[in-house]
Amino acid sequence: MTTAVDTGTSRREAPYEGPLLDVRDLHVEFVTRDGVAKAVNGVSYSVAAGETLAVLGESGSGKSVTAQAIMGILDMPPARIPRGEIRFRGEDMLGMDKERRRRIRGQKIAMIFQDALSSLNPVLTVGFQLGEMFRAHHKSSRKEAKEKAVELMERVRIPAAKDRVNDYPHQFSGGMRQRIMIAMALALEPDLIIADEPTTALDVTVQAQVMDLLAELQAEFNMGLILITHDLGVVADVADKIAVMYAGRIVETAPVHELYARPAHPYTRGLLDSIPRLDQKGQELYAIKGLPPNLLRIPPGCAFNPRCPRAQAVCRQEVPELFPVTEDDGTELAGRGSACFFWKETLHDR
Amino acid sequence: MGSYVLRRVLQMIPVFFGTTLLIFLMVYTLPGDPVSALFGDKAADPAVVASIKHKYYLDQPIWKQYLHYMGNLFQGDFGTSFTGRPVSDIMADAFPVTIRLALMAFAFELVFGLLLGLVSGLKRGSIQDTLVLVLTLLVISIPVFVLAYIAQTVFATNLGWVTPTVQNSKDLSQLILPAVVLGSLSLAFVARLTRTSIGENLRADYMRTAVAKGLPRRTIVTRHLLRNSLIPVVTFLGTDLGALMGGAIVTEGIFNVQGIGNVLYRAINQKEGPTVVGIVTVLVIVYLVASLVVDLLYAVLDPRIRYA
Amino acid sequence: MPDIHDESSFERHPKPGVDHLDYAGEQGMAVEQETLVEPDPEKREEARSLWGDAWRDLRRRPIFLISAVLILLLIVMAIFPGAFTDADPRKADLVNDYLKRPDWTDFFGAGWFGYDGQGRSIYARVVYGARASITVGIFVTAIVTLLGGLCGMVAGYFGGPVDALLSRIIDIFFGIPLLLGALVLLNAFSTRTVWTVVVALGVLGWTQIARVMRGAVLTVKQADYVMAGRALGAGTGRLMFRHILPNAVAPVIVVATIALGGYIATEATLSFLGIGLQDPTISWGIDISSAQKVIRTAPYVLFFPAAALSITVLAFIMLGDAVRDALDPKLR
Ligand SMILES: Nc1ncnc2c1ncn2[C@@H]1O[C@H](COP(=O)(O)OP(=O)(O)OP(=O)(O)O)[C@@H](O)[C@H]1O
Ligand SMILES: [Mg+2]
Repeated sequence: MTTAVDTGTSRREAPYEGPLLDVRDLHVEFVTRDGVAKAVNGVSYSVAAGETLAVLGESGSGKSVTAQAIMGILDMPPARIPRGEIRFRGEDMLGMDKERRRRIRGQKIAMIFQDALSSLNPVLTVGFQLGEMFRAHHKSSRKEAKEKAVELMERVRIPAAKDRVNDYPHQFSGGMRQRIMIAMALALEPDLIIADEPTTALDVTVQAQVMDLLAELQAEFNMGLILITHDLGVVADVADKIAVMYAGRIVETAPVHELYARPAHPYTRGLLDSIPRLDQKGQELYAIKGLPPNLLRIPPGCAFNPRCPRAQAVCRQEVPELFPVTEDDGTELAGRGSACFFWKETLHDR
Repeated sequence: MGSYVLRRVLQMIPVFFGTTLLIFLMVYTLPGDPVSALFGDKAADPAVVASIKHKYYLDQPIWKQYLHYMGNLFQGDFGTSFTGRPVSDIMADAFPVTIRLALMAFAFELVFGLLLGLVSGLKRGSIQDTLVLVLTLLVISIPVFVLAYIAQTVFATNLGWVTPTVQNSKDLSQLILPAVVLGSLSLAFVARLTRTSIGENLRADYMRTAVAKGLPRRTIVTRHLLRNSLIPVVTFLGTDLGALMGGAIVTEGIFNVQGIGNVLYRAINQKEGPTVVGIVTVLVIVYLVASLVVDLLYAVLDPRIRYA
Repeated sequence: MPDIHDESSFERHPKPGVDHLDYAGEQGMAVEQETLVEPDPEKREEARSLWGDAWRDLRRRPIFLISAVLILLLIVMAIFPGAFTDADPRKADLVNDYLKRPDWTDFFGAGWFGYDGQGRSIYARVVYGARASITVGIFVTAIVTLLGGLCGMVAGYFGGPVDALLSRIIDIFFGIPLLLGALVLLNAFSTRTVWTVVVALGVLGWTQIARVMRGAVLTVKQADYVMAGRALGAGTGRLMFRHILPNAVAPVIVVATIALGGYIATEATLSFLGIGLQDPTISWGIDISSAQKVIRTAPYVLFFPAAALSITVLAFIMLGDAVRDALDPKLR
């Protein structure tokens, strides 16, 4: 077996043609006391090296669960993956043996979590937690690991890194802690980073700094990035393409600027309309009416139909697939898709 | 950190005086005359009684008695029992036995309590887990004296491995059975506490991070999970050594271990005021020191407290 | 140094004794309160639905059902022992009944569990012994909950010097182990009834509830609706009893239930040591103590009262455990 993932010598292996990560028709369910919660219901997306995919959607739409399935950190049970495929550099991740999967985690795919304070171990120093990456994957000595930790902290621009390497997570500010999480993800120069709402817990000004840092480092290492967020403002600056999720499905995909200019799904449209805009100051904010569905009982047809202003009879009966979105003259719009029977009409809405 | 320790020590002072005063009041002001009790059923000569009372300071108002006692205590004098033997002598005989017994019980609860807690905490819902839960619940529900009888009947009477009661309290092998009985309740607590703590930490976000970092399972469990989960357990164990000594009354009685519990029980029965107060005072000191140590231990183990 | 260090940190460390069955759970619950409570108008609804949810959850737990049925049975037995046996528990027949073995065919009869060393029906004594245990358990718990609940509430609510003073008093009483203190206290009385024991255990045992209550109140006090209530000028009494108490009471109930089993065990231990209940009161502890003499030849004399005692303690502990699990949404 030739291993693409290895420790030590060859850090970057032969370039791989095709997407870095390819998720196909992924389903994830949770077996709970009250029934089976279908959290992810057929998600497909792909990310190439150097590319940023933003995943948008309301709370509970399955963004994090998808990410955790990719990382292989779901607790099974209660979770199970009845269907779907996750390929990393063409290799099937779901069928892979545990040890190999573990080596990919952290080394090839890294994850940044939302709440850095609770995501860092409170009783270990940040230096130790950073250095652990090198010790576990590269068998570095304690001393080497500590040096690398200082380097990493400098790279994410933590002031006085040398003095702070022995501090504990609670001694850092929120922004600094999130930088440490980023440093940890970057430690082994992975090919793909999944950032799950990396800035939600931070102040607005700090948010921008952290996002800039992340984007900059991504460019430097030519990494793929999956950025999970419900903040459309953050997305516009950094993402190449967007996938919008609703009730465990992708309802629309598009290159970032096209999505903003011309959404092709009523849910996306609603999301965009609910962003406060400077030119509409004073007007009442639009809010999508109703609540997201209960995942134990997703409505038949399009899951969004009870809340959709455009819903027709067909929406209550059939589940729309992700239709390719084209211009009126039939020219295909690259990378665009919408899971709405009325994507054409929505596209023309103004 | 320094001021924290200082504050805790300062808080302990009123508690020390308060607790000793409380026990003093309970021993010396409640009905029942200890001096007449000395004479058993015989009618005592009032003059003799008066002279004994004078000798033991019992003819003074209670607050004076207390101050007098405390004054002596700080010079290392625990007073004299009604039999004329210095209380410190009595304690010097009995405490080593109890300390040995308590240490053995402690080692037992530590090793097996942690082990059982780990097994059930890491394998929640498994057969082992259920077994540990049921067993610990049984141990907690069966009062110690019943447990002692069961142990005595099974291991001494039926199996004949040990003598039913301890013949020589200095012989460690004879203390094993009483120590196991004494430590069993705490063992159940340690096991359950460990299990709960592990369960809580398993769900913690930082555990998810550790998995996402691609650390080997062994590292995740030992370095991240255990380190955090054992903090409450270690602090429980910290106070338990002292508590085991105070809790040895029943066990020592049934197994005839000549330790502090036995002496204390006899002293209470015979209204031996000075002995009771002396022993309880030492136990209170042990307890106070133990809780201070636990606080420090807590601070050492959890940097969030250390640096607060 | 932040305020958490002011409390003498005892909440963090469980002390041994039945009362600390599962301190982590108890702690967890106090914290959970924070997330359970919502701003003012819905507050009572929230509290109510917490209990509603808990009740729905409880009814599905076999452990709860078993322990509840057992406890009901014990209470009925304590009130109407005559309904369970015709035999007289005090009737001793040394000639005919001395250490007679259990007779399994004598269902619910005097000889069912055999006869003890004084020729008395063990079954009848087990039935009649429930009264002392249940009385002690329930009344000590009542005293302790009132005394400790009030003290903890006042300390937690007012904070500052009031808290500092009450907390030291709690510490002082906490420094004396319950069994030890009760031995000294009870030994002063040459005749002791159930009520002497109840008062002694109540007076010495309230500190644990006080600590739990104080911790719970401290947590609930931070909740938004209490802040809002205070801002709106709600009086102290109203804040305490309408807003804080309903939300702080859950951990107290759990601890009190488990402790109830502990008091029953303590009473039995005291009686066993000869410094608890006395003849003619019928107590499992006394019977276990007198069984000591015949344990080799007639182990059943020890077995039945010991089993009755253990099952009773177990029932209360299981009940408390079940209630805690039901009230702790984290475990759902
Ligand atoms: N362990 C679990 N057991 C049961 N259900 C779960 C579990 N983990 C997640 N879910 C359910 O899966 C659904 C999707 O959750 P997910 O965390 O992916 O949402 P999200 O899109 O990331 O939302 P947010 O923006 O709030 O992070 C939720 O409804 C959640 O309740
Ligand atoms: Mg999420």
